[in-house]
Amino acid sequence: MKATNTTIRVCMGTGGIAAGGVEVLDAFRKELELAGIKADVKKNCSMHKVGCRGLCAKDVLVDVIIGDKKTTYQFIKSDMVPRIVKEHVVEKNPVREWMVGEDYLAFHEKQFKVVLSDCGSIDPEDISAYIGVKGYEAAKKVMTSMKPGDVIETIKASGLRGRGGAGFPTGAKWEIAGKQDSKQKYLICNADEGDPGAFMDRSVIEGNPHAVIEGMIIGAYAIGADKGYVYIRAEYPLAVERLRKALSDARENGFLGKEILGTKFNFDIKVKLGAGAFVCGEETALIASIEGQRGMPRAKPPFPVYNGLWGKPTVINNVETLANIPYIIRNGDRWFASFGTEKSRGTKVFALTGKIKNSGLIEVPMGISLKEIVYEIGGGIEGDRALKAVQTGGPSGGCIPAAMVDMSVDYESLIKAGSFVGSGGMVVLDETDCMVNIAKFFLEFTQAESCGKCVPCRIGTKRLLEILTRITKGAGKEGDLELLEKLSKDVKAASLCGLGQGAPNPILSTIKYFRHEYEAHLEGRCPSAVCKELLTYYVLEQFCKGCGACLRACPAGAITGEKKKPHFIDSGICIKCGACFDVCKFKAVKKE
Amino acid sequence: MEQILEKILVEYRKSEGNIISLLQDIEDSFGYLSEDAINWFSKKLDIPASRFFGVATFYSQFHFKPRGRNVITACCGTACHVKGSERLINGLRKELNLSEDEDTTKNMEFTLEKVNCVGACSIAPVIIINKQVRGKTTSDKLLKEIKSLKGLKDEGN
Amino acid sequence: MVKLTIDNKTIEVPEGTTVLDAARMLNIEIPTLCHHPKLTPFGGCRLCIVEVKGVPRPLTSCTTPVSEGMEITTSTPALEDLRRTVLELILSDHPNDCMICEKAGDCTLQELAYFYGIRENRFGGERRIYAKKDGNPFIERDMEKCILCGRCVKVCDEIQGVEAIDFTYRGFKSKICPTFERDLDCEFCGQCVAVCPTGALTGKTWNLRGRQKDIKEIDTTCSYCGTGCNLTLHVRGNEIIRVTSKEDKWNEGWLCVKGRFGYTFVNSPDRLKKPMIRIAPKLSADSYQLTANLFKEVSWDEALDYVASKLKEIKGKHGPDSIAGLSSAKCTNEENYLFQKFMRTGIGTNNVDHCARL
Repeated sequence: MKATNTTIRVCMGTGGIAAGGVEVLDAFRKELELAGIKADVKKNCSMHKVGCRGLCAKDVLVDVIIGDKKTTYQFIKSDMVPRIVKEHVVEKNPVREWMVGEDYLAFHEKQFKVVLSDCGSIDPEDISAYIGVKGYEAAKKVMTSMKPGDVIETIKASGLRGRGGAGFPTGAKWEIAGKQDSKQKYLICNADEGDPGAFMDRSVIEGNPHAVIEGMIIGAYAIGADKGYVYIRAEYPLAVERLRKALSDARENGFLGKEILGTKFNFDIKVKLGAGAFVCGEETALIASIEGQRGMPRAKPPFPVYNGLWGKPTVINNVETLANIPYIIRNGDRWFASFGTEKSRGTKVFALTGKIKNSGLIEVPMGISLKEIVYEIGGGIEGDRALKAVQTGGPSGGCIPAAMVDMSVDYESLIKAGSFVGSGGMVVLDETDCMVNIAKFFLEFTQAESCGKCVPCRIGTKRLLEILTRITKGAGKEGDLELLEKLSKDVKAASLCGLGQGAPNPILSTIKYFRHEYEAHLEGRCPSAVCKELLTYYVLEQFCKGCGACLRACPAGAITGEKKKPHFIDSGICIKCGACFDVCKFKAVKKE
Repeated sequence: MEQILEKILVEYRKSEGNIISLLQDIEDSFGYLSEDAINWFSKKLDIPASRFFGVATFYSQFHFKPRGRNVITACCGTACHVKGSERLINGLRKELNLSEDEDTTKNMEFTLEKVNCVGACSIAPVIIINKQVRGKTTSDKLLKEIKSLKGLKDEGN
Repeated sequence: MVKLTIDNKTIEVPEGTTVLDAARMLNIEIPTLCHHPKLTPFGGCRLCIVEVKGVPRPLTSCTTPVSEGMEITTSTPALEDLRRTVLELILSDHPNDCMICEKAGDCTLQELAYFYGIRENRFGGERRIYAKKDGNPFIERDMEKCILCGRCVKVCDEIQGVEAIDFTYRGFKSKICPTFERDLDCEFCGQCVAVCPTGALTGKTWNLRGRQKDIKEIDTTCSYCGTGCNLTLHVRGNEIIRVTSKEDKWNEGWLCVKGRFGYTFVNSPDRLKKPMIRIAPKLSADSYQLTANLFKEVSWDEALDYVASKLKEIKGKHGPDSIAGLSSAKCTNEENYLFQKFMRTGIGTNNVDHCARL
């Protein structure tokens, strides 16, 4: 066998695997063996590894690195592998037409990576890869040369705020926990990423689980906890698997357990799997769930940092928050504080999805404009349609209208705009999206996820959804809009936990910026042609070729017409499923 | 059954689990939570069965009826929603002959479930068939796959 | 001690006191539904919200511990408006059939609706509909009237230690029920019935027996055992139609199935009111011939003479230790004392015991 310094990296996150990553990796192994080449075929983790770096919409992404020259391919299937091996690896002629294009480069240009910096360049299932990029050095430094108080001071000075939603200063939280006089304290990593449209935490754990573990070790040392938990969604099987492997490797390497690295500090971490309840992302519900109870939140105060898991002082930090810690300790608080805005320091990872060309995971400095995210990193709107709004903060967040796209993305600005950073979901909506329908979608979600403990959330979200539903069905009544606003405000004010308090935000923000759409629905029109009950489908005779595709697709038998002559839709029979609209190649079916 | 329950019990005691992890183990072993299994653990652990039932009904991961041989999970996250997940689900319901309040076919071949978000938003809409994630799904692709799963069964007969 | 002001009144209370309890010490009324003074706070009904100076959102007074220098306002137009919305929401998912509800006149929800003057409801919508099918003999469970305050769940766990019921499902579909929604099968102490603020839990024997206005309440002591729980008999005409127990007495309002539901014997036509002597012919040592008249009614004198003569006869023939005495828990201490005295000195045996020991 010829020895070469060739490395192949295959994107193997959830997105990569779904697109056939396993098959591609196997194909490379086989082809390289056939070609008699010794190359290092790395399992490249998730979306944000080198090559893919967040752009999992272009999976499977493959890096071929020969010497110090890296080439990235997109949309690779296993049957494309032989050609890459033959032409690129053997003959040293990269396959140009399969390489990534300019949009791929633009996607990365505006980003700045802290949390994601090692995600993608290392194998997440190999602890030595993490150690190779200075991994666990921060933990060593902290345990051997810093006092807990110094660690807290460093984090405070960095200005790091919780990345899970509300943005509470992390250092301040640790300081309170550190001051609690209790023999037993806990540190919990909240990986119950339940927001629909958000996958930052999954990607970080799939891509670099050791950074999260190292962050937890440092946090536990700072507050004086000897037990930690990672509460992670069971819907993330790959992340769970990699986390468990990483924990056992960390234990074997002496980073977890008794008397870590010869110091007197003991700390170990357990994994607790969520069982499918969004509300368990709320910290008191999360605690109840770890204790094996129904995940019903309890009133705060007392806050968990005083009285948390099993009644002991407990710090709960989000995955991304913890993954920031090792980098802050290694590079210093000043380095971290140099990015972002005055009140929102550092970077933030967002999941950029929806009607956007470059959909994927991005990390940007706080204070970047929404416009840069959408048009430069995201490459603009799919199909070059017009941007209508960007939904941020998931079910507790709101919609930022296109007119405000110049705004800065940071904690304060988003709240001012009626939205929320949240955990970092960013769903781009275009002119074909109906804002009333979007509000209804989120209410359906929060209503189904309400734990049922408090009245405003249990019954209030139900009533809000009922009002929205009748509006989208054209059955809205006079005064419904005012009632919607009034009840939204009351549910927000009177609910027990963040779920209920945030649930009306999608309604309030869409009413604020898209009131005209609500009014149109009350008049019986859906301007974006989304709400089924308000639509009529008809055939534009001048475009209809009489191909009969719509007739065959119609499940209700509402379409009649002879071959090669314009067809007709009987609106009395039509069930408005949209099948004819989808199937027509000539854009002859119109809905409005 | 009792043997499997005993094994779960041993594991539970060893790993200092809680009710949720216990229920997860039962669900993993049997595909659903039967009344017998719950009552068995209630007696063994001296924990009131009502607590098991209260916890189990709170979390959407748990089921109380056996599920179909093929489990199709439709992601209903925001990205999937705006990319038409609802139409995919309606198409599946029609193909599998499931009414609004049914989730498992009468012949126990298919179960259709919704999940809030699997975090694979970049490849929306996402459908998971027997634990394998399918990104950028279309109705056509999906129905083809369902038909081939149905076909497998017919050939098996 | 912690010093705070509530509605401009200053009070000092021990650390750990809740704002609600502090307010009640000042005789300030705050409406509540889910709170019960003997159970852990819940914070679910949101009626007891108050404004705390420096805190941007209202807090539930039942869950918030006092802190030094706290300034509380318990009633503002904004708070009352929120309370009203909450009440309307609860009533929008409630049968509102007070005219036929057993609890009318004694229902906290009804009372609050009255004080807030709620007649029209802005939030009409889907209501939970449940089949009424609970086949247990004592407790009527009408879950459509349940407001999910959780008092019954907590009393069953924290006071009775039984945990027969729990919250199940979640959100709008939340429901309090026994395991797998079976019929209630528990001790039937009825503590849940006692703490239920609405008509969701009532006694099956209470049904259609009379309204609150016709009832005379008579305080007495339970005669079932020596524990001596306080009872309040609700009497209409000459009939006991239900039994409750006062919370400020030593048994704190808690009863058992016998005290709470075992009162129907009082008006039973089968109840013995005079002594009787068996007259049926004896066939063997322990069997009698069945005839139409097994017993005959006699006077107390005749009955006691009969017992005395029989006891004397047995004692004479077989000695005092052939007789044993078993006393009832329904007797008072004094009666029990007399009974053992009678057995030891009158009969001359130590064979005496009491059913409470069994």
